[in-house]
Amino acid sequence: MPTTFTLNGKKTTIDADPETPLLWVIRDDLKLTGTKFGCGAALCGACTVHLDGEAVRSCQIQARDVEGRDVTTIEGVTGNVAAAVRAAWIKLDVAQCGYCQSGQVMAAVGLLSQISKPTDQDIDKAMDGNICRCSTYHRIRAAIHEASTTLPG
Amino acid sequence: MNAPRLTGIFALPGETPQASRRSFLKIAGGAGAGLVLGMAIPLRGVSTGAIAAASETLQPNPFLQVAPDNTVTVIIKHLDKGQGAATGLATLVAEELDADWSQIKTEFAPADPVKYKNFAFGVQGVGGSTGLSNSYEQYRLAGATAKAMIVAAAAKDWGVPANEITVKAGVVSHGDKRATFGDLASKAAAENVPEKPALKDSKDFVYIGKSFPRVDGKAKTTGAAKFTIDHQFDGMLIATIARPPMFGATVKSFDANEAEKIKGIVKVLQVPQGIAVLATSTWAALQAQRAIKVTWDDSKAEKRSTSDIVAAYKAKLDTPGISARKDGDVEAGFKSAAKVVEVDFEFPYLAHAPMETMDCVIKYDGKSAEIWTGSQLQTVDHGTACAVLGLKPEAVQIHTVWAGGSFGRRAIADSHYVREACEIAKSYGKPVPIKVIWTREDDIKGGYYRPIYVHRIKAGLDKDGNIVSWLHRIVGQSIIAGTPFESGMVKDGIDATSVEGASTLPYAIPNLQVELHTEKTGVPVLWWRSVGATHTAHATEHMIDILAKESGRDPVDFRLAMLAKHPRHAGVLKLAAEKAGWLSGQPPDGKMRGIAVHESFASYVANAAEVSLRDDGSVKVERVVCAIDCGIAVNPDVVIAQVEGGLGYGLGAALKGAITMKGGVVEQSNFDDYDVLRISEMPKVEVYIVPSAQPPTGVGEPGTPVVAPAVANALLAGTNVRTNVLPMNKQKYKGQS
Repeated sequence: MPTTFTLNGKKTTIDADPETPLLWVIRDDLKLTGTKFGCGAALCGACTVHLDGEAVRSCQIQARDVEGRDVTTIEGVTGNVAAAVRAAWIKLDVAQCGYCQSGQVMAAVGLLSQISKPTDQDIDKAMDGNICRCSTYHRIRAAIHEASTTLPG
Repeated sequence: MNAPRLTGIFALPGETPQASRRSFLKIAGGAGAGLVLGMAIPLRGVSTGAIAAASETLQPNPFLQVAPDNTVTVIIKHLDKGQGAATGLATLVAEELDADWSQIKTEFAPADPVKYKNFAFGVQGVGGSTGLSNSYEQYRLAGATAKAMIVAAAAKDWGVPANEITVKAGVVSHGDKRATFGDLASKAAAENVPEKPALKDSKDFVYIGKSFPRVDGKAKTTGAAKFTIDHQFDGMLIATIARPPMFGATVKSFDANEAEKIKGIVKVLQVPQGIAVLATSTWAALQAQRAIKVTWDDSKAEKRSTSDIVAAYKAKLDTPGISARKDGDVEAGFKSAAKVVEVDFEFPYLAHAPMETMDCVIKYDGKSAEIWTGSQLQTVDHGTACAVLGLKPEAVQIHTVWAGGSFGRRAIADSHYVREACEIAKSYGKPVPIKVIWTREDDIKGGYYRPIYVHRIKAGLDKDGNIVSWLHRIVGQSIIAGTPFESGMVKDGIDATSVEGASTLPYAIPNLQVELHTEKTGVPVLWWRSVGATHTAHATEHMIDILAKESGRDPVDFRLAMLAKHPRHAGVLKLAAEKAGWLSGQPPDGKMRGIAVHESFASYVANAAEVSLRDDGSVKVERVVCAIDCGIAVNPDVVIAQVEGGLGYGLGAALKGAITMKGGVVEQSNFDDYDVLRISEMPKVEVYIVPSAQPPTGVGEPGTPVVAPAVANALLAGTNVRTNVLPMNKQKYKGQS
């Protein structure tokens, strides 16, 4: 059954089983592989995308749930918050293996879009669902604070 | 160069590369077309793009290419799984070439055990934190060679003496003449390759020892970095495997009726690993994996619970094992002791759980094969693919790609994730690309764990509180036994990876004995970041604090008094203590403080941890001060990142990591019941690097094993509770005493 939604600013129609997780629609059907599979159960955050501007786990969103909605992936996330996050990530060389970092960046952009000057507690709350097995957490925290300094309060 | 002592992976102390090479020959010799060492394999993988016009490109050795467009492509012989191999090796080339960092690109090398071998192993592969240390001279020489040829070409072109030409940040100059590497590449390619180009003096380094950005930093914030799972080809099928619920179980029969009704299912196949499903989409393959009904033959399966295995191991603690080290006479030592303290330790199975689960992409047409995967032991994976597919080495290409973590998981003697992809491709028999993926459940339940170990340390203290006798008995499963590495790495019944860190205890103790009982289980086990040190560091370093407490001594002073002959241990210990404020008074209010030091992979690390207890009694690690001595820090920021990350990896396991089995069935399945460190649990970390002119040693692993004993020592100091069973959430810590 066709589903129509906005992907990274472009109107997109796919013909997938309506129960297919958005993660696999994005990766397999739409060939955008920046969004990663990590657990398939919303336990790790590697598949984080924005649905109508909010960070969600794409492995738990079904294709039918995105009809008419706005989906943004790591490939399409833009704006001053995303630019600030990427600049901070690169400046502090956050990534190691990098596999989780698409999800980390999307979660961080989601956080800073809502709270431009987050506290450590805000960061813990927003980012605790994003696992990094390289344990780059120390730098993720520092990079979020770094990005926040460049954003208007 | 002096090879570092490599007790972790592949090489025993003093072992020659030839020994590892012999070990490897057994892998390849088994079946079909084994890989023949010494045989050059055409560099098919390298020739993409960068050397389109070969004569225009300077390629004096297999490690770099300088193209007319002024890019310098460094060929990375090791897998980069986050540890920074690509950045590190590119740094060495850029240094001696005097390239500008912005012109450096990297590509992973094809599988070739001759050109791209790891000098520590004798075959191509990385592990044991050897990536940079074994390449340190090789990649510098590669850069120096290219620079000498570029300078020679410029000298000829300009009619000036070569020794008057300067090269700086990618610009070759003499007087008012200027040229880029790209301008000179084709002329330089015609120059003779110098045999022994001079290497820089360390005082002239412009990159080595400085922190600058990783080569992969940007691609890993945009989603552009391509991992195995990201490879997509026209007509590609996705494969999953219904795997046995117990280790050693095999397929008795299966019913694929329900699975075959799922839209997108193309084929169901029985392979040695289980029942494989091939589908046109990942979602279909995942659904079908669950829908397959398999009856398993568990007659040869491991059916014990982990509690049974631990109990069996503990029973062995009362009997002497094979001696791994013997100094003096421990029994005489105990007789002379004023006090004897005996502590048993238990360490669980641990899964690596890298963020990218096992995966492998294969294109096979019956005559040749191409494989894309995060290959950590390329030569082993290559040999396995050749053997399974019955192809000659030159007919099989391995494309190493970025790996989403490994922590040891992708360095497997049986190459199982490459093997199964080959089995599926061969069995399916059609020339379509196939991507095999593992679910997280496959990963957590799939074995290849850090083995269970139990330890007993019995120590005697004299009347002044000095350790006069130390008997350390270890019981566990060998990682090496049963693999092709056994003949080279298990000596006189001792697998060095079972005892490293215990048999190398640095403290001056007159009577010291280390013994090992090697046990067998049906559970596949594997090296897990820092290997033997994952358990020996905790047992030895926590025991030292237990004894310091018995003697009423300060843990730092107690250690230093026994480290006179080990200045590098003492150096990091003092540095961590100083930076943590250990030497200047009490820990901050409400905090407990502990310290530990351990050498692994020829690097020395000390951790000083500040710890508190939450209201529910759980452990919160607030701050860890680390000191590391890893010889020359080629890129200090990468070293710091590895120590921070290694510490987090070790801390997650120490706090809550455990794989348990009931009746042979693994009880965990995903990140809910095999939880790992989260950002809210990451302490503040400070890393200090000991300045050094020694050759670089490993940094990927040595940061991992020291945090558990440092935290345990803090808890001992604050609550008087010993942490002799890991993980710490299995213990009850009372409030501070």
